[in-house]
Amino acid sequence: MTKTTESVAIDPFEAALGVSDVKGRSPWEDAWHRLLKNRAAVVSAFIMGFIILLVVFGPMLVSWESDFTDWDHTSAPPSLQSGHWFGTDAVGRDILVRTLEGGRISLLVGVVATIVSLLIGVSYGAIAGSFGGVTDRIMMRVVDIIYALPFMFFVILLMVVFGRHILLIFIAIGAINWLDMARIVRGQTLSLKNAEFIEAARASGVRDWDIIRRHIIPNLLGVVIVYVTLTIPQVILMESFLSFIGLGVQEPMSSWGALVSDGAQDMESAPWTLIVPSVFLAITLYCFNFIGDGLRDALDPKDRL
Amino acid sequence: MKEALMPLLEVKDLNVGFNTAEGEVHAVNNLNFSINAGDTLAIVGESGSGKTQSLMSVMGLLAENGHAEGQAIFKGKDLLKMSTSELNKHRGREIAMIFQDPMTSLNPYLRIDKQMIEVVMHHQGLNKSEAREHAVEMLRAVRIPDPEERIRQYPHEFSGGMRQRVMVAMGLLCEPDLLIADEPTTALDVTVQAQISHLMNALRRKSNTAIILITHDLGVVAGLCDRILVMYAGEAVECGSVEQIYYDAKHPYTQGLLASVPRLDHMASKEMHAIPGNPPSLMSLPKGCKFRDRCPKAHAACEETPPMQLDEGRHAWRCYLDESA
Amino acid sequence: MIQNSGMAKHSLRRLLGLLPTLFMLITVAFFLMRAAPGGPFDSERVLPPEIEANLEARYHLDEPLLQQYFRYLGQVVTLDFGPSFQYKDWTVNELMAQAMPVSLTVGLAAMLLAFFLGTLIGVASAMRQNTGVDYSLMGLAMLGISIPSFVIAPILILLLAVYAGWLPAGGWDWSVSSMVLPVITLAFPVTAYIARLTRGSMIEVLKSNFIRTARAKGLPESMVIRRHALRPALLPVISYLGPAIAGMISGSVVIERIFSIPGLGSYFVQGALNRDYTLVMGIVVFYGVLIIVLNFLVDLIYAWLNPKIRYDEND
Repeated sequence: MTKTTESVAIDPFEAALGVSDVKGRSPWEDAWHRLLKNRAAVVSAFIMGFIILLVVFGPMLVSWESDFTDWDHTSAPPSLQSGHWFGTDAVGRDILVRTLEGGRISLLVGVVATIVSLLIGVSYGAIAGSFGGVTDRIMMRVVDIIYALPFMFFVILLMVVFGRHILLIFIAIGAINWLDMARIVRGQTLSLKNAEFIEAARASGVRDWDIIRRHIIPNLLGVVIVYVTLTIPQVILMESFLSFIGLGVQEPMSSWGALVSDGAQDMESAPWTLIVPSVFLAITLYCFNFIGDGLRDALDPKDRL
Repeated sequence: MKEALMPLLEVKDLNVGFNTAEGEVHAVNNLNFSINAGDTLAIVGESGSGKTQSLMSVMGLLAENGHAEGQAIFKGKDLLKMSTSELNKHRGREIAMIFQDPMTSLNPYLRIDKQMIEVVMHHQGLNKSEAREHAVEMLRAVRIPDPEERIRQYPHEFSGGMRQRVMVAMGLLCEPDLLIADEPTTALDVTVQAQISHLMNALRRKSNTAIILITHDLGVVAGLCDRILVMYAGEAVECGSVEQIYYDAKHPYTQGLLASVPRLDHMASKEMHAIPGNPPSLMSLPKGCKFRDRCPKAHAACEETPPMQLDEGRHAWRCYLDESA
Repeated sequence: MIQNSGMAKHSLRRLLGLLPTLFMLITVAFFLMRAAPGGPFDSERVLPPEIEANLEARYHLDEPLLQQYFRYLGQVVTLDFGPSFQYKDWTVNELMAQAMPVSLTVGLAAMLLAFFLGTLIGVASAMRQNTGVDYSLMGLAMLGISIPSFVIAPILILLLAVYAGWLPAGGWDWSVSSMVLPVITLAFPVTAYIARLTRGSMIEVLKSNFIRTARAKGLPESMVIRRHALRPALLPVISYLGPAIAGMISGSVVIERIFSIPGLGSYFVQGALNRDYTLVMGIVVFYGVLIIVLNFLVDLIYAWLNPKIRYDEND
């Protein structure tokens, strides 16, 4: 029984595969498409955009000044005739304009404090990741220790120590929030450092600076964007907590947290003073969280929470 | 004249597809096969040939986006039409399945005894100590040393080969009529492969369990199986006894497969054979014979799907030709 | 047996590793407090200098800062937190003994609620992935994460206390009804986070090969989830408990203020504002120790659930 010995010619690979023109998609395009499919994220982005526009341009369009006390209409419910669409507070200030201006502060704190934590977190994480070894272990141990501590205590102490200057609030909150960012950046840096394509680039003579510019930064950019988007609501939340217990921004500046705090005082008699800023705050946080989630899914589907 | 036995499992016109973002993946097309009690059938094919998914659908283990049409008649009842709770009366008890990678297929968070005794306790109503005795005996049968001690250990404390034995033991605990083994030796090295094959053979002879062995490795098949089903691009292309397939393969794909098996007795100067080209995409299957593009014997008629030819020796192949290699 | 010594060594190492946390906590808090402008006696009427000097000597405030620091550390070891600067007739130990049970009760109840309810919701969601039930539960969870407790609290107070009159709007009298609202409000964000975490983790686990094996064995789905999927799915939740506790402690400050609860959080804020050094430090040390002990327990639970950790000597 002889076994078959069919000699089959081994054709050139392309001919056997057949011709097909496959257009490549960069990972950014892929991510963008995935993001667009996430309806919650897209809707949130639109709402967020709307709120930002309102907050920035709104106060100029509303006919009331935020510190104008309308003695004819104190604690007035929302009505169209009085011109106070969202009502007034106990001393007659228009809720709508106060909420919009408060929004400016809240969002400002959100952005600036996030930038602070971004700078601290990225540098810390990148250093830990690039050095590796003992340095990395010590640095991460410090992060672990700080992570286990209740932030509120320290922020309160900081506020008590340094007073309530708005700059301080930026720094204090930013200084508390950099931990997650540092962890993520360090993780990325570590895996990038050992990635084969980096070695290959170095081996083929690409300069270090170019490697950083073309390979490392784009890869870090993805995770950083996700965590920035997720840090902003945490920061806004923290600022609102501070304002609520009376350690946030000082009068005449106001933020959503402070407005909610004020509103809670008059909750029974004038619920709109509580509800309006609460709704703005809640929607903003909600939207940022959805956008951040969407970005995270889009950029790394495996990371889904 | 032999009376026709009712087959233990009869798969008729099975179609399995998956709904993905890029389109529908047709993993299995119009598959027909059967196996009698006590027989062993090997289902052979390369990755993507549909061999695993066909049996997954029979066991009701398809992924969320998968769907199966057709019939899978086991002891007179159609498994594909059953609800999960009905299916659970048969799974683990009358039909058992063991999987390719024992490290991930065993629960790493539970001790072996817990994982094993739950099968007998659930299906046969034994109490804990009876179940445990039974499990220990089964471990002994698969040649795990010191089974009373080792049964209290975790999967990661066993070697790869031993883990696979544990899986075999676990599958056979309820003495199923049919054992489906999905590439049980692929993840293991060659010596262990031989051991596991021996083991399954011995157990089969002892309890007359029918075995369906899914594999891509023709070498493993020879010692263990009576019949072979060759699959390609989701379809059955040839089916016959071991002798018929090995010595008288009729379908060009089977012939190519056999020619590709490297042999120690051939001189080193001989070229390695490979079948040129790649299997077709399961999302856009070509019309006619699926093997046409790679077949050295293809001709004009192959644009129409060839019917299965069948001869008296129960040797079937899906080709217009009737030529041995 | 190998197993026991492995776990014991592992636990001990974790415990020792947490001591730096406590140390840092105490040190940072100590120096921060002292860095604040103004002293504890500033708000009093102006005192003649000799009496002020006497007061300072009595409280050791005239000593160099470092010396005060080491003196304090010594006291801490003997659990003597000194007298309160603000509440002259009370020692810190006495004040804390009053406030501690309150905070602990609320905190413990909230943690238990968050854990059990959160995991329940998460598992339910995961089992019905991408159905209406899933979307609504997760939407609700997102809400819980986004809305601050001081927004939820007034709303709940308005609805349940003011309009419906079922529960008191605040105050603490050890009755169940006075506990309901504070516990729910404190637990809300953590419950939401745990729900999302559990859901994601369970979905991942259900894709594992060993779950496929469990199903192939003919086990009903409820058994598959309970015996095979739940344990690995809970691992990330257990890991999260450490930060969750810290978060709840933070949250308690606000909750205690809203509901007028005489707990440690309230005393802390008051103490910080009054520059009552000893009181603030006492609370800080207490919470620090609590965090360490709880983190240690969490680590033990984690190691118990995940046998792979027990044998792994690499830390």
